[in-house]
Amino acid sequence: MTTSERLISAADLAVERQARFAARNRVNRIALAMSLAAMAFGVFWLVWILWETLRLGLGGLSVALFTQMTPPPNDEGGLANAIFGSVVMVALATFVGTPIGIMAGVYLAEYDRRGWLASVTRLVNDILLSAPSIVIGLFVYTVVVARFRSYSGYAGIVALALIVIPVVIRTTENMLLLVPAGLREAAYALGTPKWKVISLVTLRAARAGVITGVLLAVARIAGETAPLLFTALNNQFWNGDLAKPMASLPVTIFKFAMSPYENWQKLAWAGVFLITAAVLVLNILARVLARRN
Amino acid sequence: MASLAHAPSRSKIAVRNLNFYYGKFHALKGINLEIPENKVTAFIGPSGCGKSTLLRTFNRMFELYPEQRAEGEIILDEENLLTSRQDVALIRAKVGMVFQKPTPFPMSIYDNIAFGVKLFERLNATDMDERVEWALRKAALWPEVKDKLHQSGASLSGGQQQRLCIARGIAIKPEVLLLDEPCSALDPISTAKVEELIAELKNDYTVVIVTHNMQQAARCSDYTAYMYLGDLVEFGETEQMFFKPQRKETEDYITGRFG
Repeated sequence: MTTSERLISAADLAVERQARFAARNRVNRIALAMSLAAMAFGVFWLVWILWETLRLGLGGLSVALFTQMTPPPNDEGGLANAIFGSVVMVALATFVGTPIGIMAGVYLAEYDRRGWLASVTRLVNDILLSAPSIVIGLFVYTVVVARFRSYSGYAGIVALALIVIPVVIRTTENMLLLVPAGLREAAYALGTPKWKVISLVTLRAARAGVITGVLLAVARIAGETAPLLFTALNNQFWNGDLAKPMASLPVTIFKFAMSPYENWQKLAWAGVFLITAAVLVLNILARVLARRN
Repeated sequence: MASLAHAPSRSKIAVRNLNFYYGKFHALKGINLEIPENKVTAFIGPSGCGKSTLLRTFNRMFELYPEQRAEGEIILDEENLLTSRQDVALIRAKVGMVFQKPTPFPMSIYDNIAFGVKLFERLNATDMDERVEWALRKAALWPEVKDKLHQSGASLSGGQQQRLCIARGIAIKPEVLLLDEPCSALDPISTAKVEELIAELKNDYTVVIVTHNMQQAARCSDYTAYMYLGDLVEFGETEQMFFKPQRKETEDYITGRFG
């Protein structure tokens, strides 16, 4: 006869339940304490980083930061050319990468969920998603920079777009898979052609999620240094020509922060503050959009 | 059990020796049935008996899923839907469908209705406004939404959303309307409204409704088909089915002794 078959009196049962409940409560308290400790550890470093960024970056903020070019050592100047370069390259990389990413995501979620081509695409995309960005930088160096014998804004845009694409593919696919099958069926039941079902109903239902994915991709490439080091390189002067080397905030920060010159270090901190603030705003925007859905 | 059931009024859809498979599973076994025109026909039976499956063959909805297939004939207007060469979109324009859960599209109330109309007709703004109002009136929703046509369809209550879906279905002027458990997600008041609506709709359309609720079948249908394990057990006038069913199985199910 096993334990469960034995007849126990109601009183015994109550005592046993009490004991089990107390034990469960103890385990719960221990688990909660460990979770809180882990969270505090993470938040501690994050707050410290933000505090240092704020403390050292805020001091460098001025109008000159946005109007003047990066200076030679020990001279007055700003980050205007680097800010412009970053904005242009990030915007164009997003502009190029987003449609490709969305279309590939639509293919995976709507056209070929279980086919071999979709499986291969998913695998390759996962690899691309986790590829170190310096690898992408070197790849674009050999394919674009070495071939055209010039560092250029275009090369930087290609490298950044290659980082945007897998992020957008992944989020688009996931968001489309969340759209209930009933909505898709209802659209087909009206006699809607497939491309209209996708463009007018399912993509629209997944819109907030897809936009969130794009914003997170933008936040990611805004701070990338490695893919720009061997592609867009850097430029001390204002440059609107994408065929020439272009300055960017991350590369400028990298160069200035490593330098022994005090004015460069100060500008580097101001740049760090700008990027952090921009990424923070993008993340908050992404969250607000996701919640509104 | 594949007896050819005959209905006295003109038939709109004739099902002949229909077999349906989910992969290897044989879900409908030689169904023969005639759906009368301008009447409400209810499919009843326990879960998994194939009533929704049968409904979903009438607009070839099952084709969205490659592992599902149907064999046999479904005759609508003298043409076998299953082998028809015309675009499936045109079949679906003729045979509309409303689902169990309300499925408003992520757009305004107005656009939810206009969406389907735009697929098949090119109307100017006034005509489109008229059509939208006509459909919403038909679905008994107009008084509740006439002042907020440009709000999102998702902002409506569940019952209103379901009537919006019915309005969307009839806006493209189909001939047949398929209702797949349209009230199972609704409260009793909304259910009563949708049932009233069904009674109205049969003047213009041939309505086929799948329901788990036997009172509902008794209340709003003219003909009833009882299905069990992929077979059509009995088909006849609703009154006869409920008061003197021919087969013992039907009687057991209807009286609640089984299922």
